[in-house]
Amino acid sequence: MIRFESVSKTYADGTTAVDNLSLTAPTGQITVLVGPSGCGKTTSLRMVNRMITPTSGRITIDGTDTGSLDPAQLRRGIGYVIQQGGLFPHHTVERNIATVPLLLGWDKRRAYARARELLETVGLDAALASRYPAALSGGQQQRVGVARALAADPPVMLMDEPFSAVDPVVRDQLQDEFRRLQAQLGKTILFVTHDIDEAIKLGDQVAVLRVGGRLAQVAPPAELLATPIDDFVAGFVGRDRGYRALGFVAADLPVHSEATVEVGTPIVAADGWVLVVDPERRPLGWIDGARHPGPVTTELLTGGTLAPAGGSLRAALDASLSSPSGRGVVIDDEGRLAGTVTAEEVLRALAHERANAANAAASAIAAASPSGVTSPSAAAP
Amino acid sequence: MIANVWRWLADPANWSGATGIAARLVEHVRYSAIVLLIAALIAIPLGLWAGHTGRGRWLIATANAARAIPTIGLLFAISLWLGPHLRGDLAFSLPSIIVLVLLAVPPILAGTYAGVEAVDPAVRDAAKGVGLTSSEVLRQVEGPIALPLILSGLRSAVLQVVATATIAAYVGLGGLGRYLIDGLASGLYAVMAGGALLVAGLALLADLAMAAIQRLVVSPGLRRPPTSPRSTFRRAARSARGGGKQTGPDVVDPSGRHPTTSATPADR
Repeated sequence: MIRFESVSKTYADGTTAVDNLSLTAPTGQITVLVGPSGCGKTTSLRMVNRMITPTSGRITIDGTDTGSLDPAQLRRGIGYVIQQGGLFPHHTVERNIATVPLLLGWDKRRAYARARELLETVGLDAALASRYPAALSGGQQQRVGVARALAADPPVMLMDEPFSAVDPVVRDQLQDEFRRLQAQLGKTILFVTHDIDEAIKLGDQVAVLRVGGRLAQVAPPAELLATPIDDFVAGFVGRDRGYRALGFVAADLPVHSEATVEVGTPIVAADGWVLVVDPERRPLGWIDGARHPGPVTTELLTGGTLAPAGGSLRAALDASLSSPSGRGVVIDDEGRLAGTVTAEEVLRALAHERANAANAAASAIAAASPSGVTSPSAAAP
Repeated sequence: MIANVWRWLADPANWSGATGIAARLVEHVRYSAIVLLIAALIAIPLGLWAGHTGRGRWLIATANAARAIPTIGLLFAISLWLGPHLRGDLAFSLPSIIVLVLLAVPPILAGTYAGVEAVDPAVRDAAKGVGLTSSEVLRQVEGPIALPLILSGLRSAVLQVVATATIAAYVGLGGLGRYLIDGLASGLYAVMAGGALLVAGLALLADLAMAAIQRLVVSPGLRRPPTSPRSTFRRAARSARGGGKQTGPDVVDPSGRHPTTSATPADR
């Protein structure tokens, strides 16, 4: 657990980067610091490993005041990943990863074995071990950066915009793998980003900071989207927040069975859109039976997004909106067709969920009302 | 003329003895080596310190400005000034060594400083952030990364010192400079030209040796020296063939399009 206790940082020229920050990053979870530039998020992160010394207040890691430790010793126990990778260009990939173990006095053989093991953990080919960083792509360099941070198995990791310098497709891929990795490793992570989507996607808890280094709101992502505390947070969270919040609402939607046709066979009931599947009943796309009579060929198919059964309402709504027939395709865990759902049905399910949530909140308030306390989530519109 | 020069160089009698070409070559190399060693011992630590701390920039500026002082004038000035206070050989050798060291320090100092200063701030930040102490950052990261530029500085110092060490002969020391002075004095142009050729050959050889050392000790991860036009050309040729440094995405399908996401489950 990383705990900020009334931490401030004021520079010699009088600018305040961080203003009286109190925040707890719980053990085994990802806490994301997010905010516009100048909000002090990177300064806050760098105060944890004393790359920057706080002006006042203190930061503890599992109860130990970081100010009481030797900075180099402290840093060897904290994983550190930065935006530009910061790999040592004169060292091979495996030597880069082995940096901290070697500093800690591991013997070379063990440190390099650990490095090779970590290459696999972060999804890189073992053949890259003896390459130099200049020979790697941006995405590969970031993976090596993460591997280097993990090498001595530190309980705490600091990540400063680790995925910002790579292009969107690779970034998405790195984020997904990072989530998978964290599910296995359960590190206590403090993660800085300026990208609210990344914060929502990766954070167990998101802390929004405003310019001048003051904390605006700390909440789990779903709550942040549903009930931003003020205009600043609402504005920062963005325009589509209502739609994005559906990503956190899961519901078992009733699905309709759908008439299907396989590739190569003619369409029988030729009235409008028909779903085409492969022999394992995996959906391939839609075909307009009225315009394309005769055997189905794959060239004529129009696709939509697919929603996993039991997944979020956002995926289901998107599937129905993107489907040419207006019927969203729902698939099971093996990718086979489970049925279809319409946008109206998704919205009806949402209304149902909301009624349930309101009832739950009302009974919670009823239980708490003697003390006159209103929960913040119920107070917001 | 050329035949005369060749005859002088090829005559075994000119090579042997205390004043033979072989002895003069050894003298020349010895002076140069001593001078370069002293210069490196002064300039490399100073340059590392200035680059690491960001302080002492004026040192580099001063050293560079000092390069404008004419070497031979300085040699006479120092000889006149120090000569009477020194005894024996030292009266002659010390002034020339001082002058040559002053000549060799600026390129090494500038190269070392530039090398450390050019280390990517992100690399320095990462080194500190993963727990290297200040001196470990200097020894394990900044120093090795600066090595190509340190060696470039050393290399130009080697060239200058080997070429300029000829002036040591003016104040009565040996070395290949003797042939230039003696040749001029006695009108033996073949000797003069032969001496000049020997100096040029030695300088060339020393430069080749430095190039070999550079290849040996610089990490392959750093092999893209911006100072050598040949490697720049090679790099340009490589990227023109499409094998240059790849900064693009991890996954690009052969048609060059990004993999589309339209057929994957859309969650969030």
